[in-house]
Amino acid sequence: MTGTGSIGRKLTLLLAGVAALLSLLSWAMVNGLAKQAAERTQDNVLAASATTIAETLRSEQGEVRLELPYSAFSMLGAIGEDRVFYRVTAGEQMLTGYEDLPLPSDPPSQGQVVFDTAQFSGEAIRMASVSRVIFAGVQAVPVTVTMAQTRNGVSAITSDLSQLAAFLSVMFFLVAVAMSAFAAQTSLKPLNEIAAAVARRGPSDLRPLRREAPTELAPLMTSLNRLMDRLGQSIRRSEDFIAEAAHRVRTPLATVRAQAEVALRTTDDDAEKQRLRRIIRAVDESSRSAGQLLDHATVAYRAEDLSRHPTDLADIARKTVDGLEPTAAMKDIYIKLDTAPATVSGDAVLLENAFRNVLDNAIKYSPEDTTVTVRVFVENGYARAAVVDEGPGLGDGPAENLTERFRRGRNTEGIVGSGLGLTIASDVLRAHGGHLDLGQPTKGKGACVTLVLPSS
Amino acid sequence: MRYACLALILTFLAGVSSALEVEDHRRYPGTGNEELHVISTADLEVFEPYLLAFQAARPDLTIDYTVASSAELHRAIRNGAVFDLALSSAMDLQFQLANDGYAQRHQSDRTLALPNWAKWRDLIFAFTAEPAVMVLSTERFAGLPVPTTRQELVGVLRQHPDVFEGAIGTYDVRESGLGYLFATQEARSTDAYWRLSEVMGRLDPQLYCCSGQMIDDVTEGKLALAYNVLGSYAADRLARASGGKVQVLSMQDFGNVMLRTALIPSNATNPDAAGLMIDMLIDLGLRSTPENWPLPPLNQVGIDHAAGFSQIRLGPALMVYLDPLNRRAFLSEWENAMVQK
Ligand SMILES: Nc1ncnc2c1ncn2[C@@H]1O[C@H](COP(=O)(O)OP(=O)(O)OP(=O)(O)O)[C@@H](O)[C@H]1O
Ligand SMILES: [Mg+2]
Repeated sequence: MTGTGSIGRKLTLLLAGVAALLSLLSWAMVNGLAKQAAERTQDNVLAASATTIAETLRSEQGEVRLELPYSAFSMLGAIGEDRVFYRVTAGEQMLTGYEDLPLPSDPPSQGQVVFDTAQFSGEAIRMASVSRVIFAGVQAVPVTVTMAQTRNGVSAITSDLSQLAAFLSVMFFLVAVAMSAFAAQTSLKPLNEIAAAVARRGPSDLRPLRREAPTELAPLMTSLNRLMDRLGQSIRRSEDFIAEAAHRVRTPLATVRAQAEVALRTTDDDAEKQRLRRIIRAVDESSRSAGQLLDHATVAYRAEDLSRHPTDLADIARKTVDGLEPTAAMKDIYIKLDTAPATVSGDAVLLENAFRNVLDNAIKYSPEDTTVTVRVFVENGYARAAVVDEGPGLGDGPAENLTERFRRGRNTEGIVGSGLGLTIASDVLRAHGGHLDLGQPTKGKGACVTLVLPSS
Repeated sequence: MRYACLALILTFLAGVSSALEVEDHRRYPGTGNEELHVISTADLEVFEPYLLAFQAARPDLTIDYTVASSAELHRAIRNGAVFDLALSSAMDLQFQLANDGYAQRHQSDRTLALPNWAKWRDLIFAFTAEPAVMVLSTERFAGLPVPTTRQELVGVLRQHPDVFEGAIGTYDVRESGLGYLFATQEARSTDAYWRLSEVMGRLDPQLYCCSGQMIDDVTEGKLALAYNVLGSYAADRLARASGGKVQVLSMQDFGNVMLRTALIPSNATNPDAAGLMIDMLIDLGLRSTPENWPLPPLNQVGIDHAAGFSQIRLGPALMVYLDPLNRRAFLSEWENAMVQK
């Protein structure tokens, strides 16, 4: 599988990036607006102050007179602790205030407030100038009132607001990131659920997925289901094919065997007899293989849609022992049965098949006149059916290899078999959530093969 | 008109302050060669304990203390006289110095502890809050009702011109910066001020430069009452044995509270020592117990507020009455009322 990173992380990062951009943008905007608002406030106060002073202008005995109203100055203290400068000029003549205060760059027209920024006394100042024409005697004199203030209050307010805005932006960003992560997770949840549902399935569970899925995932679901359907069909086809093939092989083989036996009984030639025995053996071998192949296919098919019913392992053991007793008797093998009830949930046909293969091995590989012990019991929540024989044992190699398909041991000289028995048993147990335990009995030689299943 | 400021010592110091009219001057030699030049409006007898306390903390420092009127102080700093610390009772003049760039910044944990109304731009710091009060002679007031508002005062003055003729003392606002500040703030806050001035003007008032002399004259019985006297000075002198001859009165309708302020001139040569002195003064200004200091702390402002006292705010509005046009207008109105001939 190739990894191109997590969609969730990508989505979160993308959304967080957008949030960061928005945060930054909103911070910059609040900053600009705060500065503008603070500056406008100062301008308004300065204009009001200058206008208040201008309103006191009057002419008395041919001279321009004015008084500075208390409120014109006290209002300037409202914004912050800013230095205040002012000047009143009548025409070219200075009436009062700070002589060296810079003039507004464009002189105000009658009744209009003009703002300007300048440098004075080592600090940046904002000025508001207002002009009025006063008739002093016969002459019209333009009087200009200029109020100026440093800008510390404005910058203090701006930086306060900027800090607040920065804090809010960071908070907004963090919340947005958390929400992005949450959103990404929620939108990916159906995908994860489907993945989990597929992962939870057994290896041969090919039923179509039936669950609610968002429209975006519908195509995925459809193609997934179609794929599984096709897979299931092809498996079923090959199983059918094997079953059919086994059947078709076995029928003519039975005929061949019958003919060979008849021939064996009627001939006296030893060499001929030898040949016929070899033919019979090969036929047996093939027939067994075909039978086991059929069983294997059956197991694979039934395990795909496992039916689960409470089944007593002890029952199965008893029935199977009954069935194989004649075979054992031919070799003078005594089957000792020691069972306790051990209920498991599963497919009785498959379990019987598995147990039969194990018991069959024990009888097949044991020498004559021995005992095969079958014990069924429950231990630590697991139901166990152990088959112990007094035969040659499972050999030195890793016993698990014997469950591989068509794998036979070294001790099989002259013993008919296909190498599928343990494969079938092991597959059945795995389909039931159990396993096949291959080992030695605690004392003496021989093999100890145990079916282990979760008990219910 | 008569001036009672006779004790004015006219001393001419050498150097930059050659034009400075000095009322008093004293040096407190220290063990080292570092010096701290203080110019102040507070009399030596009031302020000496502070200087001694500061020198106890910094024995190496030589303190050079110059007393001048608030107007003189203002002029001196404006003209570039070299001082490390300027202490003045005229808030408006001090404020203007700070506004016009004649003060330098000072910041310390003490100045941070100071409430916002008691400082401006870290340039100017208040360390006392002193109410304007009325001082009257109990002897000369015998049998007369003691006025508690300006209204009542106007009534008493009108009804007994014989008692008060030539026996009312108040600041000559043309001379005294603090007197001008009190007068302008009072004129702004209560319309009773002009009526009272009118009535006083008819009774041939005595005009003074300083609170101290007014109080002395009340104690000696030369004056029946002194109007707009610094409460701190009055209380101080009262404590020093006037034998019940003097009563301090605050008007219930309105009263000014002045903040005595400190600033470090921009051309100070020893701003660090000045900063330390300011810190000490702020510390004393913020004390919560009365203790035995001549000047009151800042926090009594709250208490006084309840009795109709209003603290003069440190802000650009203080510059309104300093404007020459406004000053000329105010003084001419004041002269019309007070100096009737
Ligand atoms: N009880 C046993 N004792 C000794 N060897 C055994 C025993 N059971 C299994 N084996 C060994 O394991 C091998 C695999 O067993 P498995 O049952 O899968 O195949 P098989 O018996 O050879 O063929 P069949 O498919 O006919 O059972 C056997 O060939 C044999 O060598
Ligand atoms: Mg077998």
